[in-house]
This record gives sequence, structure tokens and C-alpha cells, in this order.
Amino acid sequence: MNNHSILRVVSKFMIPFILLFALYVQFHGDFGPGGGFQAGVIFAAAFILYGLIYGIENARKVLPATATRLLLAAGVLLYVGTGLFGIFMGGNFLDYNVLAATAVGGQHLGILLVEFGVGTTVAATMVTIFFVFAGQDF
Amino acid sequence: MILFLMAIAAFGIIKLRNLFAVVMLSGIFSLLAASLYVHLTAVDVAFTEASVGAGISTLLMLATLAITGEYEKKHTTNNLFPLLIVVVTGAALIYGTLDMPLYGAANAPANLHLIPRFIEQSGTEIGIPNIVTSVLASYRGYDTLGETVVIFTAAIGVLVLLGRGRNRWRPGISADAPSKDEENEV
Repeated sequence: MNNHSILRVVSKFMIPFILLFALYVQFHGDFGPGGGFQAGVIFAAAFILYGLIYGIENARKVLPATATRLLLAAGVLLYVGTGLFGIFMGGNFLDYNVLAATAVGGQHLGILLVEFGVGTTVAATMVTIFFVFAGQDF
Repeated sequence: MILFLMAIAAFGIIKLRNLFAVVMLSGIFSLLAASLYVHLTAVDVAFTEASVGAGISTLLMLATLAITGEYEKKHTTNNLFPLLIVVVTGAALIYGTLDMPLYGAANAPANLHLIPRFIEQSGTEIGIPNIVTSVLASYRGYDTLGETVVIFTAAIGVLVLLGRGRNRWRPGISADAPSKDEENEV
């Protein structure tokens, strides 16, 4: 899609806002609709748009295959790690009350970390699936 | 009205042989479902449906179409037995819903125990305004962990099937150029 100059310019203009909106959905999920799943998908959509307009090779330069694979595992590990840290601090698995000085503070921290883990894995998954599908050279 | 439009979209998905149109219709179906969820004031679910159902999965299906081709094969097998199974299963499911409480009924078990508990206690226990997030990430943290692992597994599955090193097992390659094993034999 190298000759579609309108698409190139508009997408270049849109991508930062899509990423920003994804981060807003991610970290505003405690207060309004949204959360890790939706944020991850929107975040991935920005990279997929870039890949569609500028080609998979260029998108892979921004986000190499090793990086997506690492993020894929890092999200799940962050989730499980938050749960295990609860055990380490003397609570149950995924018990956030013990993570901070107060129970409510612990819940805030736990939910933030867990949602971030979900968002990371979902974004990495969507990017991986699309790039692997689109990178097929049949 | 939304349900009527969804039925039209579903019928179109069944009838059409052009897979490109089918993918577009399934995206429209998801968008209609999302507006249905907004109507039921389930904004979080609507948000997920719109971004995942109408957005990403349409895109992934289009990427798949680029690999497979645009038209569905005509199949001539007898559809009577599958139709019977679908009708019986559907009838059983509808029969099962007859015992369920009406939507939004005040004396439904969920509205008597769980929902008041979450609405009244989550403010002091969790302290965040969005109760959906409290339930999703804290009260039902195990479920969400399971969902995350499912998504992780999906990515691993795609990588194993289509990812790097796929050429070694792809039969189409060895037809054109001799594979390593054949060369060794020569």
C-alpha cells in the first residue's frame, strides 16, 4: 500500500492517538468501562494498522518477533506473579489485600498489575496472530 | 429491532457463498450485539464485543481469507441429520430457559444474594468505582487468570502451526525443490 498517500498520512496521524486511547482504557478501567482485554486489543490494532499500511517488514522493525513473544509470556507471568506475591506476603493466591499497607490500597495495586498483565498478553497475542497470518508467503 | 437485524445478518451468513461478505456480515452482527449490550447497560461487555468481535476478529478473518480464498465450496452432502441435531439441541436449550427467572426479576437468586453483595460491599472492600472491574480482577481473579492463559495458549498454538520454521513441514516446498533428506539420498 505504498501509493495510498491519504491512508499513509491519516494512519500516521491516528496511530499515536490509538495508542494513547489504549493506555487510557487500560488505566482508567477502574473508574469507567474498559480494562486489560479491551486495551490490549486497541493497542494491538494500532500496530496492525501500521502493518497494513506500511508493510509487515516495517512493522516487525518496530516490534520484533522476539519482543512480542517475550511480552506474550510476560503478561501471564505478571498475573501469576501478582498472585504468588500474595502468598509470599502471607495471604492466599490472588489475594490482593496483603499487597500494600491497607486492604483497599492492596486491592488497587493488585487490580492494576493484573489488568496490566492481561493487557500485555492480549496485545501481544493479537499482534502475533495477525503478523503470523499476514506474513504467510503463499 | 436489534434482534431482528441480527437475525437478518445471521441468515445472510448462512446463505452467502462469498466469504468476504460473510466476514463483513459477522462484523456487523458483532456491532449489533454490542449495541444490544449497551441497551442492557452492560457497557464493559459492549466495549469488548465492539473491539474484539467487530474489530480484531473481522481483521483476522480477512487475513485468513487472503490465505484461503474468497469462495466457499459447494457441498452436496445430506444436511438432514445435522439439522435434526441442531433442532433438538435448540429445543432442549429453550426448554432449559423456561425454568429461569425473567430478565431483571427482583426475586432471581443472582439479584437476591450476589449482586447486592457486590454493589454494597465492593465500595469498601475494593474501593474502585467500576464494580465490573472489581468482580473481574479481584472477586473472580481465578477466572480472569484462566481467560488470560487461554489467550496465551491461542497465540502459542498459532505460532506452533504457522510460525517460524514452518517450511520444514510444509509439503508444498519439497515438491518444487528437493528437501534435505532427498539430497542426502542422492
